Amino acid sequence: MSNLKFKDVLKFGRTAALTGALVASLGVSAIAEGMKHSAQAGDIMIEGAFSRATLPNQPVAGAFMMLKNMGDEADTLIAGESPIAGRIEIHEMAMSGDVMKMRELENGLEIPAGETVELKPGGYHVMFFDLTQSLDEGDMIEVTLEFEKGGKVTVPVKVGARDADGMKHNH
Amino acid sequence: MSGRLKLILMGLIGLNALLIAWVFLIAPRMEADVLQQLGKGEYELSMTNGAVFTQASLSGAPSAVFFGFTHCPDVCPTTLGDVLGWQEDIGEDNPLQVFFVTVDPERDTLDILTDYVGWVPGVKGVTGSPEEIQKAISAFKIFAQKVPTEDGYTMDHFASVLLFDENGSFVEAISYGTGHDEAVGKVRNLMGLESTS
Repeated sequence: MSNLKFKDVLKFGRTAALTGALVASLGVSAIAEGMKHSAQAGDIMIEGAFSRATLPNQPVAGAFMMLKNMGDEADTLIAGESPIAGRIEIHEMAMSGDVMKMRELENGLEIPAGETVELKPGGYHVMFFDLTQSLDEGDMIEVTLEFEKGGKVTVPVKVGARDADGMKHNH
Repeated sequence: MSGRLKLILMGLIGLNALLIAWVFLIAPRMEADVLQQLGKGEYELSMTNGAVFTQASLSGAPSAVFFGFTHCPDVCPTTLGDVLGWQEDIGEDNPLQVFFVTVDPERDTLDILTDYVGWVPGVKGVTGSPEEIQKAISAFKIFAQKVPTEDGYTMDHFASVLLFDENGSFVEAISYGTGHDEAVGKVRNLMGLESTS
């Protein structure tokens, strides 16, 4: 009896340690952020949406987030709109050697079944043009995303620091 | 047979010598010449402090030049933020002089650039007519290209920061994404400051 209890304690301890390690490795803040700002369109879960504070006179901004496809079919992010932007495009940025290249994804951004696509600085982003206001750290803005199958969903976007990168909020 | 072999062998040795000469002597000199010419040209642009920007602006004090535009979602704000970090690190009493040259003169006026760069000590915005900007792009041998989008255009552009010594000669570049310590090391080296780390 006491032996069994001891084993149970050991087991619990191991599970707790494993869970702790897992949580730590994923980054507690990332999880907390993701839970605070999530939305869903069809099978697509949208988590951790953030943007960066703009510079004076900066007329554009990017929004970044995780798009998780929980379903069995691919879906595609095809458009977006926001009250604070004249228009929105889905973009890919890439460095080609020392040259920065930015492209509109004319066919949208596909999220394959069961996969997660990360929109992040230096890569895919939802690009805001003709901003009607500056974005200041701490602001919450909204963007309505449209998926081919999942339809439209409005996502809250937290404005971080000028150099926010979503996972590390300690900058 | 052996005579022919000897001939081939000698030919190969000769070719090899030429190749060595090219790689170690001629090519570096040609490259050095090209790099020495970086920033030299006839361009004449306006700066946000009211002064004129020409090749002479690079002389007198060490400087950094980078090309960008305000409709830039990522690289340009990040680089300006990096520059702020360098200035804070080396001390704001004696900031590095930095020229932010727009590759998008049609949209980036002096007024717009003044606020865009004004929050970073030492940074001056540079713009002018599209022709003069094109001359500067050629003089600095950087890549910049207009890319049409659905409702307008964006710019692909060279994203490194170019460092020049007080004689206006190119020293080295800081690539986009270089870590703070490495970048500050290069800036301190350029300015003749002791490294802190």
